[in-house]
Parts: sequence; C-alpha cells; structure tokens
Amino acid sequence: MNEIPRARQLRVVACHGCGLVCEDTLDESGNARCPRCGAALRRRRPDSVARAWALLIAALILYIPANALPVMYTRLFGRGGESTIMSGVIEFWRSGSYEIALVIFIASIAVPCAKFLTIGLLLTSARRRSVRAMRERARLYRLIELFGYWSMLDVAVVAIVSALVRFQALSDIEPRIGILFFGVVVILTMLSAMSFDPRLTWDGDDE
Amino acid sequence: MNAESERMPEPGDPPMIRRRWHVSLIWLVPAVAALIGMSMLARAWLSVGPEISVTFRTANGLQAGKTLVKFKEVTVGMVSEITLDEDGSHVVATISLDKKAENLTRADTRFWVVRPRIGTHGVSGVDTLLSGAYIGVDGGSSIVTSKRFTGLEAPPAVSGDTPGRSFVLHTDDLGSLDIGSPVYYRRVQVGRVTSSRLDEDGRRVRLQIFIDAPHDRFVTSNTRFWNASGVDVSLGADGFRLKTQSIATIVSGGIAFATPEHNPGDPISENARYVLASDQASAMAPPDGPAQYIRLCFEQPLQGLSIGAPVLFSGVNLGKVVSMTLDYDEVKRRFLTMVGIQIYPERLGRVLKKLQRPDADPQRQIAGFLSDMVAHGLRAQARSGNLLTGQLYVSIEYVPNAPKVAFDESARPLTLPTASGGLDHIQERIASIVGKIDRLPIEAIGKKLGRIVDKIDGLPFGSIGENLDTALKDMNGTLLVLDRALRQLDDQVLPETVKTLRDAQRTLDTADGMLAEDAPLRHDLTQTLREAQRAARSLRVLTDFLGRYPESLLRGRRDEHVDVPPSPAPDMPREPERN
Repeated sequence: MNEIPRARQLRVVACHGCGLVCEDTLDESGNARCPRCGAALRRRRPDSVARAWALLIAALILYIPANALPVMYTRLFGRGGESTIMSGVIEFWRSGSYEIALVIFIASIAVPCAKFLTIGLLLTSARRRSVRAMRERARLYRLIELFGYWSMLDVAVVAIVSALVRFQALSDIEPRIGILFFGVVVILTMLSAMSFDPRLTWDGDDE
Repeated sequence: MNAESERMPEPGDPPMIRRRWHVSLIWLVPAVAALIGMSMLARAWLSVGPEISVTFRTANGLQAGKTLVKFKEVTVGMVSEITLDEDGSHVVATISLDKKAENLTRADTRFWVVRPRIGTHGVSGVDTLLSGAYIGVDGGSSIVTSKRFTGLEAPPAVSGDTPGRSFVLHTDDLGSLDIGSPVYYRRVQVGRVTSSRLDEDGRRVRLQIFIDAPHDRFVTSNTRFWNASGVDVSLGADGFRLKTQSIATIVSGGIAFATPEHNPGDPISENARYVLASDQASAMAPPDGPAQYIRLCFEQPLQGLSIGAPVLFSGVNLGKVVSMTLDYDEVKRRFLTMVGIQIYPERLGRVLKKLQRPDADPQRQIAGFLSDMVAHGLRAQARSGNLLTGQLYVSIEYVPNAPKVAFDESARPLTLPTASGGLDHIQERIASIVGKIDRLPIEAIGKKLGRIVDKIDGLPFGSIGENLDTALKDMNGTLLVLDRALRQLDDQVLPETVKTLRDAQRTLDTADGMLAEDAPLRHDLTQTLREAQRAARSLRVLTDFLGRYPESLLRGRRDEHVDVPPSPAPDMPREPERN
C-alpha cells in the first residue's frame, strides 16, 4: 500500500464537487476554490467524523420512539388496532407469512441496526486510524451507501397502503407518528453516512 | 488531518472559538432528537392512566390487547390482560385506562360487555357484530375510587348522568316486569325499571324505577303506580273494551302511574317508596286504611265460599274472606265454620265519619260501632253470588226480626253474629211459592170442570151415530155412481177426443202448407194481385187521357194527341222492366 502516493505528498487536492485534481495551495491561502466548478477545496470533509457521530447519535435516539410508537393503525370491520414495527413482524410471523415477516424484519430492523453498527465501526476505526481491514471497511461503506435508502421501504409501504385502503366503514389504514420517526431515522443515518469521508479510512496509512 | 494542519501555524484563539461553535451546531441535531425522544417518553408516561380490574362471568368476546373500553362511545382504555380469578369462577379483565379517564375509577362506576342483544325492548349492540364486543362504562359519582370492579351482565337501563329521579316500588310479585320495562305516564314512556330484587324477608319484591327529567316532577306524594302489563279486557254496559298501555307491554310488561286529579299531593324526594297495585282500578281506589279482622261463625256448611270472596255491606265491597276453618260445638254437637274476614272501614267513606265515635283504639272504636248495629239487627250472611257456580259471598246486612244476640265488645277478634241467610232465603222463596200454589181455587176449578163434563155426557150420542151411519151409506152410493160415470168417460169419450185432435192437427198442417213461402196458392195469389195492380194502372192512364181529351170518346183517338201527354209516355216502356 505504501507504494501508492498520497495526495498530500504530491501536493494536490481533489475537488469535492467535480473531482478535478488541483494544486494544493491550502497551506498557504487557507481557503482555495476549484478553478472549474468554484467549490471550496478541502483535503478532507470538514468535521466529517463529528458530524457523522452527531447524526448517528440523533438517529439512534429517534430509533427508540420509532420502534416503541405505533407506525400504523389498521381497522377492519370496525375492529382496529395500532401496530408497531416489531408487533407487525410478530403478527405476520405468527399468521404464517414468514416471507413478509422476514422482509419487514430485514428492511426495518436488521438494516438500520446494521447501519448503526457499520457507521459506528467506521467512525471509531477512522478516529483510531486503524490500519486493519481497510479494504473491507471501504467495501462496507459502499454497501451501506447502496442499501441505506432501502430502509425507506417501511415508510413507502405505510404511505402507499394508507393511501390505498380507504374503505371507510369496512377497513381503514392510517399512518401513526412512529413511521415519521422511522423516516427521520433513515434520513439521519443516510446523512451520517454521507458526512463520513471514506478517505478517512485510508488515513491510517499516513504515518 | 484538519486539526493537524491547523496546529502547524501559530495556534491562535479565534480559530479555536470558531471551531467549537461549528462543532456545537451539528451536535444540535442529536440534542433535538434527544429532546423529542424525551418528550415522547414523558408524554407516554404521563398519558398512562390507572389500571383497574373488572370481573366478568365470562370472557366471551373479550380479547386482550384488542377489546376497547368505551365511555359514551369514546375509547377510554383497552383490555390489556384477561385471566381467571383464584377459584376460576370468574374472569378478571385488566383494563389500562387512559389518563383522561381517571374519573372512571370511582367506586360506583359500572362496567359491562356490549354484545349484540335481542330482547323485547329492542335490539342493541348491532355494531358489535362486526367490530367485536367492547366494554361499556358508565361513570359513577362516588368520591371513593377503586381498582376492582364487578362487571354487570347486562347493560344498565339508565346511565348515571341521565337527569331524573329513581323511586322504589313494592309489589307482591314481579309478574312479567323486568329490568328495562317501561314506565308510562299518560301512555308516554317516561322511565323504566332499573333493578328488581326480593326484600330481605322475601315477602315482597322491591323494584327500582327511574323517571327521566322533567317527567319526574309528576311523581308526587299522592301518585299511584300500577302494573300495566298485559291486556285488560272488560265487558260492560258500553260494550267490549280492551285496554293496554302499548303493544310492548303486552309482551314485556310495564308500569304506569297517575296522580288523582283532585288531590295532586306534594313534591317528593328521590327514592320515595310506593306500592305497585295490580291494576289501575285498585291503584286509583281511595286508600283502604287499616284492615279490621272480624270472625264469623256459621252453623251451616259453606261450600262455595272461598278465600278472597268479597264481603259486602249494602252493596259496598268492604273487605274479603281471609280464612275458613272448621270448629266443633260440643253442646249442640254440630260442626261450625269459622270464617275470618278482613274489612276496611275506610271504604265506608263519609258514613264512617258520621257514625263513628272517636276513640284512640281502632279495635274498640269499631267494637262500639258494631255493637250498636248488632243490636239493631246487623248480621252476617253467606249468600249465593252466582247461581251457576254456586259461589258464595258474605253479606253484612240488617236482618228484620233477627233474634237478639249478645255482642261481646271486648272479645278479640270481634265476632259478628250470623244469620243463616243464604239457604234460608231460598227456602223462604220456595215456601212462598208453595203458599201461592196453596192459595189457588183448585176446588172451584174442579167443580166447573165437572159441570162441563156432565153437559158433554147429556148429549144424544146414539141418534147422532145412526144419522151419521145412513149419511155415510148414501155417500158411498153416490161415490159408486160417480165412479161408473168416470169410467165411461174414460172408455168412450177419451179415444174420440184423441181422434178429433189428430184431425185438427192434420188440418192445421195443411193450412200451414198452403200458407208456406213457396206454396203454389200463395204464388198464384201474388200473380193475381199483380195483374190487378196493372189493370188499375191502365185504368188510371185511361182516365187521365179522358180527362185531358174528353172529345176522344166521341171522335176517337187522334195521333197528334199521342205524344202530348208527357207523363204516361215514359212510364209505358218502364212497366215491363219493373215486373
């Protein structure tokens, strides 16, 4: 790995906006702009780790009401009930719809949790400038970026179903506050992943 | 990296401040998230209401985590758990109430399961057919709160906050009344029965009724209640009469009340007690007052007298027979019937006020009253009320020429002397009938009859017989002659007649043939008539001609005259065409 030269060694910096590689004059001027797109040039995203942590923690906090509060209100023939994410999974599992239960479980519980863990892992290892499994970590990051927004599946399902099932007396489905929290959680984790600068992963090599 | 690069120049204060500020801005996001989370938590914690347990006989329709608790159709909680109680006789539904429903934990709050119900009072809870049962709540007013409640098996008839008042009725038996049975005032439903139970001693039924405001003000101290169940059929002088409050009461019973017009009474407080009369007539009758027990001793057997038979005084129903026992008189060696009657002196009305001497003890008062009347011949009699069924009633009346009896004013119970009235009465009648028969002039009738018979005897029956005999003989001869004449007629005249008739028939047939449409005679006749017609026409032409030319008689017909007459000329050629 040491063979690959670092940007700093070459005194160049890549623009975050358009990817243009420019001469690194940040040491002299303090702030420089990309000659092509005009974006501020930075070696790394500013406060990347702190921002990612803050957003991650916010997401974690909101994940509690998202799971504790009901996400959906279903009424069939006047008999209604509110269901949380986990109760929905359990209900589907009990009624024998294992596939649906699994899909909901993966999309609403497994993926967000995995995301929390992954971002947390990336952040701690980046702060500690760990040199272990750098490639795997880089792959992990790409993975969470790819799968991140699939967590919105739940939100989409509730939105679509509550818009479609409007049969007044027969049956009704309404969204509940929990789904809002869940959507915010997903957005926050995505923002957290976005504010994490993947190049930090490789900075451990710097020494 | 960033930190490293900034450490290299002179570490100054301003960038440090800027950085710290910058950092704190992004940490605002988790702070806000925490705030929201905390607030949600606090709200959830604050909105958790009390948890209560309600016991029901069965958990039919109840479902933990699904069954709602509704107060005035507003959801105020949910059944969180259903368990059996210790001895397994009931189910205990644990209900988590909402915070706002805290006042539903008052000790007299009522819980019941709303299920579809079909009864004589209508159908209720139909909406629960689809939605499933729920638990209904009716708020109480007690200051004491409770955690344990006993659920009702049926919905309460009146919810706790309905304006109105409840009253207590006592009745001998419940009849067809039930919880929810209507209460009518002038046939308007103004309330219903809310509960019924036996008195502690089990002798009467205690009914609680609820009258809705503002109709509860019609219940006063003088109000009478009666059982309006079923149909009251009466046949009176004005015809057949059928009375009922409403069709519903025929099936399910009901109560009606009224207040006498002339005596409206005073307003009355809640839970006042009344007696439920069995019908309107007895309810509206003036109050009977205290009953007096009097014993009667009859010497004759009284089959036909039953418990409850009326006691009449001058046609007024004074009371009824309450007991009948047999007694034995050792001196006379006779069986006696002891009849206990209950009389209500109040029923005498103003008579009582006129006759009574005021006395503190009602027994003594009535004793004094009776002793006077007994001295004047007041006696009790068993009389026949209905000749068909042989039912007897007790009549208290003045009996003329009644033998004097001693009346013991101090005896308790009072014993009223009797007269063997009813049966003697019939005997008297029979005696009077016999007397009348006795008085008939049977001897005179016999004498007259004898004279008539003698006269009939004196008639000359022998000569009458002889005359009759000869007359009959003559008649016989005459009849024989007549017979012969008729036979002759039969033999000779009748065949002749038949023959004549046949000839006449034939003649008529011939005549008929002659006159027929196609008969030659008729044809000829027609021909002849036509000929005559033609001749007549020629004659007319001739006369016309002569009238115009009379000289032709003398001079003969001239040719120039021929075409002068215009009318006959065109007629001539037409003649043959017509025929």
